[in-house]
Amino acid sequence: MPRVGDGSARGVGGASSGLPRDSIQIVFLMIVGAGRVGSSLARAMLRDGHTVSCLDEDPEAHARLEIGLEKPWEDVGGQFTVGTGLEIEALQAAGIERADAFVAATDGDNTNIVIAQIAKMRFKVPTVIARILDPYRAEWYEQQGLHTICPTRVAIEMLETEVKEAAAKVAGG
Amino acid sequence: MYVLIVGAGKVGWNLARELLDKGHEVTLIENNRDRYVTVEQELEHNVQYGDASELWVLERAGVSRADLVIAVTGDDEDNMLICQVAKEKYMVEQTIARVNNPRNKQWFELLGIAPVVSATDLILRLIEHEVPKYGLVHLLDLPRERLEIIELLLGDGSPVAGRRVADLELPEGSLLISVLRDGTGFVPSPETVLESGDEVLAVLDPGLEEELKTYFGPDGTSPD
Repeated sequence: MPRVGDGSARGVGGASSGLPRDSIQIVFLMIVGAGRVGSSLARAMLRDGHTVSCLDEDPEAHARLEIGLEKPWEDVGGQFTVGTGLEIEALQAAGIERADAFVAATDGDNTNIVIAQIAKMRFKVPTVIARILDPYRAEWYEQQGLHTICPTRVAIEMLETEVKEAAAKVAGG
Repeated sequence: MYVLIVGAGKVGWNLARELLDKGHEVTLIENNRDRYVTVEQELEHNVQYGDASELWVLERAGVSRADLVIAVTGDDEDNMLICQVAKEKYMVEQTIARVNNPRNKQWFELLGIAPVVSATDLILRLIEHEVPKYGLVHLLDLPRERLEIIELLLGDGSPVAGRRVADLELPEGSLLISVLRDGTGFVPSPETVLESGDEVLAVLDPGLEEELKTYFGPDGTSPD
């Protein structure tokens, strides 16, 4: 499967994942929270030929999905539903029952942790990923079997590496 | 018993006060700075400032040795996760969570958080039991301005504190339907003795609110 998240520089609309289209298994991806992270992931996955449905409580989030697109989000095959991840009707309207993968990417850790567990336990979505900014809770929920992505942890590690390299240069020079 | 309470709203604050009066050890955690400062004037070292969603805040409050964790913030996700973490990470025996939006009750159940206290549920159940002559459906069908339910907090100086429900002279057209005390609600019997710190729910004809408030005492403010 092509990597996602590395395609920001690629043209929109063109299938340019580098892999022949028939080698990609099409998945139905549901994303809750169409902020910077959610909307970029949504566009990247759609570009790679997957089916993408976004749920956001803010109707204005729809505009963010269309950044860089020449056609409306729906015309390129995307879905958008207004609602929160705690509303069962909203989850169903967005298609959670047929989702192969679910990403909780709202700006609230607590919301992401709760809705990821709902997707996993109630709707049995096969792949569930939660974005959790708090490294300590991300680590604990990961141990509990919830797949988590912690951007804060990534930032800490990158900064640590950079700072150590810089320090080594100072010490060596 | 060591009790950790999260959320120093009216419910949390009164709970803390009552439990301290009963001789328990209590820590109350509040994440709103202004509210914390207000509550701290009374409860002093029994209240801590911080977001109890963060593990270190719970740990600083000694969550692992708590016999009971009560999550009564105004945010259902917070209440759910605080109880989940308390139970599953810190092995706290007993938790109680407040449900603000009754539609979220199913998620508390899904995560195995029990028991939960939902004011709305409580009121609806009480109406069914206590006002059979109206009937629940009929009552809810009434136009909003025809009937109201209000919540009153009995202040320290409330003239009804210490009195039996049977001895109350409530205004005609009003009925006491529940008492919330220490995080649990119950249907008052005629023998129930009201206490300051109680939150009482009353169903009443419109226009009686002021009369009822006066009757329950100058310190009884509506806990919104």
